[in-house]
Amino acid sequence: MTEYLMAPFVGAFFTAAIYLILSRSVIRMLLGIAVLGNGVNLLIFIMGRVSPEVPPIVPAGALRPSELAANPLPQALILTAIVIGFALFTFLLVLGYRAYQELDADDTDNMRLAEPKNAPRPPMSY
Amino acid sequence: METSHNGPDAVSELPAAMLQTATAAGDWRLILPVVIALMAGALLLVLRHSRGSQSGFAILAVVAIIVVEIDLFWKVLETGPLAMTMGNWLPPFGISFAADLMGAGFALAASVVTLVVLVFFQAEIVPREQRHGFYPLVLLLLAGVTGAFLTGDLFNLYVWFEVMLIASFGLMIIGGRKIQLDGAVKYGFLNFLATTFFLVGLGYLYGLLGTLNMADISLVAPEADKRAMTGIAALFLLAFGMKAAAFPVNAWLPASYHTPDAAVSALFAGLLTKVGVYALLRIMIALLPASRDVLDPVLTAIAVSTLLVAPLGALAQTNLRRALGFIVIGGIGAVFAGMALPTVVGVAGAIFYAFHSILTMSALYLVSGLVERVTQATDTRQMGGVYAASSPISIMFLILIFGAAGLPPFLGFWPKLLLAQGAIENADWLLLFAVLANSILTSIAGTRLWAHIFWRQGREGARSEHKNDRLRSLTPLEKWAAQGSAIALVGVIVLAGLFPNLVFTSAGISAQDLINTQRYVDAVGIEVTP
Repeated sequence: MTEYLMAPFVGAFFTAAIYLILSRSVIRMLLGIAVLGNGVNLLIFIMGRVSPEVPPIVPAGALRPSELAANPLPQALILTAIVIGFALFTFLLVLGYRAYQELDADDTDNMRLAEPKNAPRPPMSY
Repeated sequence: METSHNGPDAVSELPAAMLQTATAAGDWRLILPVVIALMAGALLLVLRHSRGSQSGFAILAVVAIIVVEIDLFWKVLETGPLAMTMGNWLPPFGISFAADLMGAGFALAASVVTLVVLVFFQAEIVPREQRHGFYPLVLLLLAGVTGAFLTGDLFNLYVWFEVMLIASFGLMIIGGRKIQLDGAVKYGFLNFLATTFFLVGLGYLYGLLGTLNMADISLVAPEADKRAMTGIAALFLLAFGMKAAAFPVNAWLPASYHTPDAAVSALFAGLLTKVGVYALLRIMIALLPASRDVLDPVLTAIAVSTLLVAPLGALAQTNLRRALGFIVIGGIGAVFAGMALPTVVGVAGAIFYAFHSILTMSALYLVSGLVERVTQATDTRQMGGVYAASSPISIMFLILIFGAAGLPPFLGFWPKLLLAQGAIENADWLLLFAVLANSILTSIAGTRLWAHIFWRQGREGARSEHKNDRLRSLTPLEKWAAQGSAIALVGVIVLAGLFPNLVFTSAGISAQDLINTQRYVDAVGIEVTP
């Protein structure tokens, strides 16, 4: 049942993240990426089904853990995803700051160096 | 659990989970390419202050990877798919590495391209960039790409995607020019978003099926709720469509691929989008074929629009490498066309096209790097008269353009032939039209580029007798390292185009293994539990 109580939170995380990522401002997009990462982690956690707090350890003398034990796999997946997500987020944070320093723009509409605004017309010869 | 499980009988009741024996020596060849790339990358990072040894060591490591992968490819060609599982845990529990002919072939093509790019880079070397770790990043990128091609586990695929992504971030901004930072912002955000969508799909897939092993998924997916599975397949389609730069979500590619050094963009053009295509082929054809059938109209729409829009984008560009970026995207459309034609011929065409695209697109970017050196410009309006200055460059460019457009007898013709044949078999006239129209449009865009850069005497607006005075000739180092490596790669492409039997056979076997996963599942060794 806990899954149903937690599912709306995933929705709320995703809503906030999508709203922020759709912004033109790089710093808001960064915040959106961070929120989205947390939403996905919560989603994986719920997908592994939430069970009572019995550690997934095989009791002494038994051959398998208790049926009630928590699912350890989503935790491993989330741990991996957190580490990777954190590394990439840090990179994007520095990239956004460097872009702000070099290009003097936080608004993606003003970042037109790679794709110039007044692109020349295609050549008409041949 | 109850204590009754403690007796020896209880042990036999449980399914086997672990091997007690050591991994067979032959199985190591599966992960050896990744191991060599990761170890060499780490070692080069440690040795970053001894600049003299970096390039030689990196090239040596990539040669070793190529040798291992040729051995792997032959083994898979002879005996069928190979697999090994980490830590002696039996398949659905441990992380599997599994190589079928498609994965082994793509991995081999990727490392060949990496070797060529490393040699090419010798002429492009800037000490500053070497200090910032060009070589370790290239090896980490190769590790990520090879791992993605050879893994048999979906979550592990996600990890390799991220390894590849972080290495490509580093390569994208190496040198730190303003235009690179601009391109990297777009590349970084959109690709990170794509992998996050992949992770969302993975979460749902695990929640529904309880497994992430690819072979296991192909067995249990047909029994799961069809509507939910289609939703998951659609999420994967979005995620990998972004990675592969298919039409509606392709914006990041032409915004970023022309910003780094020519060698780096050649590496990206060859490897990055193809990993997205590979993952999509694996998931759509082999793992979730029932969902693919539901999504068939979507795949057709993406294929047709990508095939038609991309070469038009190339026609409209004046920046040489941006125009080539659109030609890369057009090739992705061809692979999608193969996915929308789920017969052996169509899928073989898609696999063949992706293989051809890895080699041809990298070579095209390398040659464009040479053109930029000779003309000292990035805009085709400033170029002209290169044919008189350097005939090898102009011949290579023309061969590669014809190859990308799919004109015989070059490598690109054969997959287009398979795709057309598949479209006729399926009576899918729209896709047939799109595949053929793409060839015509790409040859128009490409030959126009050729005419502007090579054929006309001077720059745009100059009178015909007024020659382009900004041309310079290549230095000896550029001639030997850069032009030599490009000629070698084009030579491989031409030979493979003239003698396509091996690629034909391999693409056919790969397609059969994708459509009928029995051999793959047997190799991984999933025991079907009733």
